[in-house]
Amino acid sequence: MIARLIEGVPRRALVMLGVLLLALIVAPLIASDYLLTVLILILYFAYIGQAWNIMMGFAGQLSLGHALYVGLGAYAAAAFYVHFGVGPWLGLMVAVPVAALAGAFIGFLAFRFRVAGVYFAILTIAVAEFARVGFDHWSWTSGSSGLFLPVAQYSHNDLWLLRGQPVMFYYVILVATVLAFIFCRALLQSRVGYFWLAIREDEEAARSSGIDTFHYKMVAVVISAAMTSFAGVFYAFFYNNLFPEQVFHISRSIEIILGPIVGGIGTLFGPVLGAFVLTGLGETITAVLAAAGIDLPGAKQVFYGICLLLVIMTLPDGIWPWLCKRIGLAERDK
Amino acid sequence: MSALLTIDAVSKRFRGLVAVDRLSFEVPAGGIYAVIGPNGAGKTTLFNMIAGAFAPDGGAISFAGERIDGLPPDLICRRGIGRTFQIVRPFPALSVEDNVIVGALLHRHHVLDARAHAQDVLRRLDLYDKRAQRASSLTLPDRKRLEVARALATDPKLLLLDEVMAGLRPTETDRIVAILKELNRDTGLTILLIEHVMRAVMALAARILVLHHGAAIAQGTPEAVVRDPAVIHSYLGAEDVSA
Amino acid sequence: MPADIYLNVAVGGVLTGLVYGLMALGLSVIFGVVRVVNFAHGEMMTIAMYIAVTLFSAFHLDPLLMLVPIATVLFAFGYVLQAGMINAFITRPEHSQFLLLVAMAIIMVNVLLILFGPDAQGVQTSYSFDSFQFGRLIVDATKAYAGIAAIVVALALFVFFRSTRVGTAIRACADNYTGALVVGLDVKHLYALTFGLGTACVGAAGVMLVLIADVTPSLGPAYTLLAFVIVITGGLGSMPGALIGGLLIGLTEAMAGLLFSPSAKSMFAFAILVLVLLFRPQGIMGKRAAS
Repeated sequence: MIARLIEGVPRRALVMLGVLLLALIVAPLIASDYLLTVLILILYFAYIGQAWNIMMGFAGQLSLGHALYVGLGAYAAAAFYVHFGVGPWLGLMVAVPVAALAGAFIGFLAFRFRVAGVYFAILTIAVAEFARVGFDHWSWTSGSSGLFLPVAQYSHNDLWLLRGQPVMFYYVILVATVLAFIFCRALLQSRVGYFWLAIREDEEAARSSGIDTFHYKMVAVVISAAMTSFAGVFYAFFYNNLFPEQVFHISRSIEIILGPIVGGIGTLFGPVLGAFVLTGLGETITAVLAAAGIDLPGAKQVFYGICLLLVIMTLPDGIWPWLCKRIGLAERDK
Repeated sequence: MSALLTIDAVSKRFRGLVAVDRLSFEVPAGGIYAVIGPNGAGKTTLFNMIAGAFAPDGGAISFAGERIDGLPPDLICRRGIGRTFQIVRPFPALSVEDNVIVGALLHRHHVLDARAHAQDVLRRLDLYDKRAQRASSLTLPDRKRLEVARALATDPKLLLLDEVMAGLRPTETDRIVAILKELNRDTGLTILLIEHVMRAVMALAARILVLHHGAAIAQGTPEAVVRDPAVIHSYLGAEDVSA
Repeated sequence: MPADIYLNVAVGGVLTGLVYGLMALGLSVIFGVVRVVNFAHGEMMTIAMYIAVTLFSAFHLDPLLMLVPIATVLFAFGYVLQAGMINAFITRPEHSQFLLLVAMAIIMVNVLLILFGPDAQGVQTSYSFDSFQFGRLIVDATKAYAGIAAIVVALALFVFFRSTRVGTAIRACADNYTGALVVGLDVKHLYALTFGLGTACVGAAGVMLVLIADVTPSLGPAYTLLAFVIVITGGLGSMPGALIGGLLIGLTEAMAGLLFSPSAKSMFAFAILVLVLLFRPQGIMGKRAAS
């Protein structure tokens, strides 16, 4: 199993991966609370980016509405916790099917009726927006006034109820990100992974090679949606408050996909690298602006946008493929 | 010999224009059968109907005794018909080997089995040494053979080849002809090809069908067909003038 | 008389919808020719709206008079963006183009935020509260002017594409890119021109929308989305389709606001979008691509 997973990976890449993992494991020992929060954010985006990449990077289906699955996961688990006292891990049993169903719904509509490319992307936005407005008016989840989880100062960490200090959340999301990475690697090496890449490259040729493209595109959407919903559960229990205007907003969907695009679409390490680069960049800009005494709302985003422009104009395939050539690692995943 | 593929009074119209007109013929199992004809004769339309890209407006297509007209392309491939495209379309960002593995996975569930089979096919088509290259970096003759390899990897009973010799130099044409002959002899694979390169058709095909304006104007052995006055008049004569 | 209310709201919705339609027309023209989806479309409209608001509050220039000057500014803006940055991306994959335009959109929204702050701004013209009465039908003057101006601009664009040499050349580029290159058309210039025309449309729409609604920087993405919904409803790349889609969405939103709640009105617009995608993916006026 493990031998299969690392087959064909250069030894140097494995060593580097090991060093990175080790650094992430020991990070909380030396990191300040602030740095730990930033790391949680990075891993959160790395995890979702990996999930989104299954749809876009592997199967070639551009989703611009992944906030939908985050939001559904977050609301499902939070509402069950608030109303029935059901913990997040049991809540996952609700969150995952709900998000997977939503993904299946979008996929079925789009792939049955041949809604593809830009149209597909806009359908995903539309359903997410639909959910945003719907949740604004749904009293069971407190509508637009927001759903709040009870907050207290926790002296000990309750992993079962996900109530505790940042360091616990850090390890939860670290484990999730590592598992997602391994899972995606296994997917890419499997039969379904080959079929996805074929569909991404040329759907008609894929069909003519005997691939039931409808079926495999559905599999991609459902897996991606289900994986993403876990990030939603995490979000709900980490931030303790949910507003439809925030979780379902299109800017959340865009935030999710910037990482993998900047890092390198279709690569395993792209989403991780993208999350580090973009979150790191955002925090650096904040710090620099604060040091310079500039306190303008929007200034941070302007710099962020300019950096994005520079990346996309100079490295159209993303940072990771470029970096691979630089440090002499063949990118074997593509 | 029994017929593997039966085309029975098949028609297709595009916006009133008749592309294929009540066409009937049979491809015997184990044979190599060629369809020739001038551009616009309806050859590729015929292929697209057999491969399931679209359904005929009338008539029936049967493969191994079962109706297949109107089935989607993936199901037709599963039944045992592999195809290539006139304008080649390998999966550009994938390696040569991965392209063929995709085909091999149709009837194999483990990637390792599929890889072993893909490598066999690549050896057969003289592409083994290039298996690690990206498909987009191949030359046109290599890409054409890669398409044949991908189709072959799905273990077809019938292989549809849409102008795989077009644009190739004579030596490359001879190479593909030799490969196809060998495949047909060793594995009993039935081949239906559309081809303009008469030199390849004459070397390969046991029977030829000449299509003109969507209808068959002649069919028979290569020797008989090239002597047919109607064929010379409508197709071969014109070809000679332009050549 | 409840019937009157419905009629009045419906007419108001149709007139607002015409302005939406003009905005969407810009998106449709750009996609139809350049094949780039302008993900910064709504943001460009808010830029035009802020120019109009500023000219009005600083110099008391009536937005209707500023229609042509502001559309010209937006034209130049679009031309430069296409020629300078976007043109290099027209052969790149969709997600690459998307990222480029999203980055531009992020910059636009936040520059507006820095310049104008987050609060809503609008204009109060001398005719802001005027209305016309036709029998029992009452129409707001601002909506009437805006709707009429939208029709005029759209007509001008139709005439340009149908009867001028440049318009014909642009249509040639849209039909056959390689062919246009072969016959020696300056495709890069024509693309930039088209992008400029698209942004001029959205600029004109923005100026008129200022008469009807207030503007905040955060409205940009919402308008981008609205433009998508309209254009897909009407048929991506179809000029009459954009106007008809705008009309339909404007009407739907107005009626939904009246019958249900104003905050839920976008749900109905999205519901229409989903229905159109399912049952007529090419849009109301779109043509099915030949297979």
